Amino acid sequence: MSRRLRMWVLALGTAGVAVLLVVAYLELPGFGGDSHPYGDRAVSAALAHRTANVISSVNFDQRGFDTLGEESILFAAVLGTVVLLRQTRDERQVEPAPAPVAAFVRRYAVHALPVTLLVGLYVVAHGQLSPGGGFQGGVVVATALHLLYIAVDYRALERVRPLWLFTLGDAVGEASYALLGIAGLLWGTAFLADFVPLGTFNTLSSGGTVPLLNAAIGIEVACAVVVLLARFLDQAVEIEKAR
Amino acid sequence: MNQLLPLIVAAPLLGAALLVATGRRLRRIVAEAVGCAVAAATAGLAVYLLVSSSSRPLVEWVGGWTPRDGHSVGIVLVGDQVALGLASVISLLVVAVLAYSWRYFDEPPQQQTGTFPALVLLFQAGMCGFVLTGDLFNAFVFFELMSVVAYALTGYRVEEAKAVQGALTFGVVNSLGAYVTLTGLVLLYARTGELGMREIGRALDARGGPDALVLVAFAFVLTGLLVKAAAVPFHFWLPDAHAVAPTPVCMLLSGVMVELGVYGAGRVYWTVFAGPGGVAPSDAERALVTLGTASALVGAVMCWQQRHIKRLLAYSTVAHTGLFLVGLGLLAPDSTTGIALYVLAHAGVKAALFACAGILLDRYGSVDAHELHGRARRLPLVAGLFTAGGLALAGLPPFGTALGKALTEEAAGTPLTVLFVGVSALTGGAVLRVAAGVFGGWGPRPSGDDTYETGGERENPETSGTRGRVPDTMVAVPAVLLACALAVGVVPAVATHVGHAVDEALPGTASVVPEWTTTGVLLGLLSALLAAAVGTYAALHPPGATARDRTAPLRRLHSGHIGDYVAWLLVGMALLDALTFPGYLAS
Amino acid sequence: MSVFPYLVAAWIFLVGCYGLATSRNLLHAVGCLAVCQSSTYVLLLAVGFRDGGTAPVFSDLTPGSRPVVDPVVQALALTDVVVGATLTALLLALVIQVSKRHGTVDPDELSELRG
Repeated sequence: MSRRLRMWVLALGTAGVAVLLVVAYLELPGFGGDSHPYGDRAVSAALAHRTANVISSVNFDQRGFDTLGEESILFAAVLGTVVLLRQTRDERQVEPAPAPVAAFVRRYAVHALPVTLLVGLYVVAHGQLSPGGGFQGGVVVATALHLLYIAVDYRALERVRPLWLFTLGDAVGEASYALLGIAGLLWGTAFLADFVPLGTFNTLSSGGTVPLLNAAIGIEVACAVVVLLARFLDQAVEIEKAR
Repeated sequence: MNQLLPLIVAAPLLGAALLVATGRRLRRIVAEAVGCAVAAATAGLAVYLLVSSSSRPLVEWVGGWTPRDGHSVGIVLVGDQVALGLASVISLLVVAVLAYSWRYFDEPPQQQTGTFPALVLLFQAGMCGFVLTGDLFNAFVFFELMSVVAYALTGYRVEEAKAVQGALTFGVVNSLGAYVTLTGLVLLYARTGELGMREIGRALDARGGPDALVLVAFAFVLTGLLVKAAAVPFHFWLPDAHAVAPTPVCMLLSGVMVELGVYGAGRVYWTVFAGPGGVAPSDAERALVTLGTASALVGAVMCWQQRHIKRLLAYSTVAHTGLFLVGLGLLAPDSTTGIALYVLAHAGVKAALFACAGILLDRYGSVDAHELHGRARRLPLVAGLFTAGGLALAGLPPFGTALGKALTEEAAGTPLTVLFVGVSALTGGAVLRVAAGVFGGWGPRPSGDDTYETGGERENPETSGTRGRVPDTMVAVPAVLLACALAVGVVPAVATHVGHAVDEALPGTASVVPEWTTTGVLLGLLSALLAAAVGTYAALHPPGATARDRTAPLRRLHSGHIGDYVAWLLVGMALLDALTFPGYLAS
Repeated sequence: MSVFPYLVAAWIFLVGCYGLATSRNLLHAVGCLAVCQSSTYVLLLAVGFRDGGTAPVFSDLTPGSRPVVDPVVQALALTDVVVGATLTALLLALVIQVSKRHGTVDPDELSELRG
């Protein structure tokens, strides 16, 4: 299609969809309304299972099956990226050149690294209590390692990042979630059932399986993000067209 | 028993995790054997649950969140006969595909020998989760899982320029469709405060008649599903993706994934929107039958124009999915039974045809009908399979495709019967034309105009060098798949079971027993005969440039440009609602 | 004014689609797709809001003392974000390969698949 024709088709479609969106959204319950039946039930269910962070309870307990699919999407995307960004026959690997790093950048990154790592682990561990959890904390942990790339260079990052280990961690996190689900089936009432003791409300050990599933997700996300970024960084730093 | 339902999803996920965890150390043969074993075990579980649930559907609240006072906070899986039957078909086809691709790709990514089987297992988990779930948001999640894996698998051969372009187009258009579906879902959540499909339907009905929000939500939720089902005008991505994906992946994409879009549309309509608070049957029928007819016609015409064999098969998928949408859109148990049988047999036939195309690519490094003209004379067995597949596609009795088509035609009435016969004859004829030219060397070597078409020459073979002969598995798999398609038509128990399954899933019951009738057999013979006639004629007298000029405007719409496809997607959304609004405005 | 947040979501979706359809660079197109998806975040969170509501986290809040916003939409939005982020990564990987194989990331210049 010519550009002109595309613009006409687009104008027609956009106008139609705009009308639909406005018509439908005008019929939505008003913003800030008080009727949230599912939300109210989710709050009571979370409190019944002694999980202070209701969102974690929804994600890992009440709708834990969604999260199984969600972490599998991440797992699949990482696997897909490994396939799509592999070194092809007409490409070769080059040794990344060390780059000069300004002293204050290095100082900042070296100090920020352990703090970031700790914050990430804290966010994973407290997912059932405060905002955060395996997904958020996992990303922070993975980011922390990449501060080495900023502080030193790519080779330093590669030394602390054996990819086979992180690939293994990715798979272990993915499998742990499913295995915890099966454990719920064997020792509890159903797949992904909350089968361990619920613990004391508002402590680290509360929420039954929620902290365990959170940890599984934390491992998977941290490892998956490291592997994912490694593929993109390899493309940028190491892989070039063979002459 | 119902507690085992989630395992159909969890088992392949665990298998994939195992393959990735051990991928560094596994020998390739072990990785592929593990993949096959896990897929087969899942298929066994699905079939076992299918057989043991024949009296009543299995309903499982994951995590043990069974409803209290009629409400639950959990996710429900509904293993009725249709869903479990589809999960079984998906799993069995995955086993067939893994067997076909046994030692198929020449070089797995470094240190990741298990990557391909792991991705296929994830694909299986996504599709099974999508058919089993009774929760709308959970359906979106598993829909995305199967989509993400499908994009990665489509782009698997990263050294092919076409493959990465097709995969990107596939990814962008399907993701946009999925977000539209999510928007529709949020509208329904805002209105009803529920996410379970049955619960949403009940809440809508309790409110009384539909309003604009419900109709818009209907169109939006359906958009993503119809993008997946490649209904016109959402279909543009399909030929681009299916022509370039590795052949074993095409078998899954065309064989079951596209059909899941149709299944999803049907499931969402019947569970959410079929009540008095949803969309009036006449409105839903108008929307689905119109889009289905358009897809069938566009798909058939474009299929006929192709020289790239995989692209030709892809357009025939567009055409047949259009027919499925028409049959589903009639919203009656009779036509739905027909469509269910048609889908079942079509999965076998289409996968077998792609498998044959894969053999051509393996032997000759080309899937271009012009370039391959007369070159495949030494493959009589493959020629036989390809021709049988073409005839089955056209609806030759006693293939299951013919039975399903006949039952649908009987329920659909005369004008639509003409559509069914014509479309299946044209798509079958296109396959037979290729068979006559490539395997038989009939007629002069055709020449394309090269100005606006996709050729299939100079492709890299997907396999590791040309071996002395075609591997046995690569021939056995299409043969078995065609035999299955034949069994769907020949074994009466299959049709009876499918009939029961549809009756159980839909509110009404079918008025006729799903079996062969004289009219059905005659109509099947007619379309197969027409296909053979047009196929032979076209092979002997290749159409000249002037004949091709007539379809040039239509071909030019299929531009491979993402921007065009997005513009058409928006038009499609508006069109879908324009087709459902008249009844509401009149009431 | 009670529909304004919803209309914001509608606007985000439409501009994302416009950008996607008219994009001259595939990286930009993938970004536009993420914009379209952001519309679903805004819509989800807008639908779940409750006047005067606070976060549904009870580690420092006595249950029942204050209204809380709908936790379900927040959980759905989190899932949606994860899906979107991973998908974007996968599509960007494909864009890298398109740029290598075709030597361009302008959709107008990709002409291998048509007809």
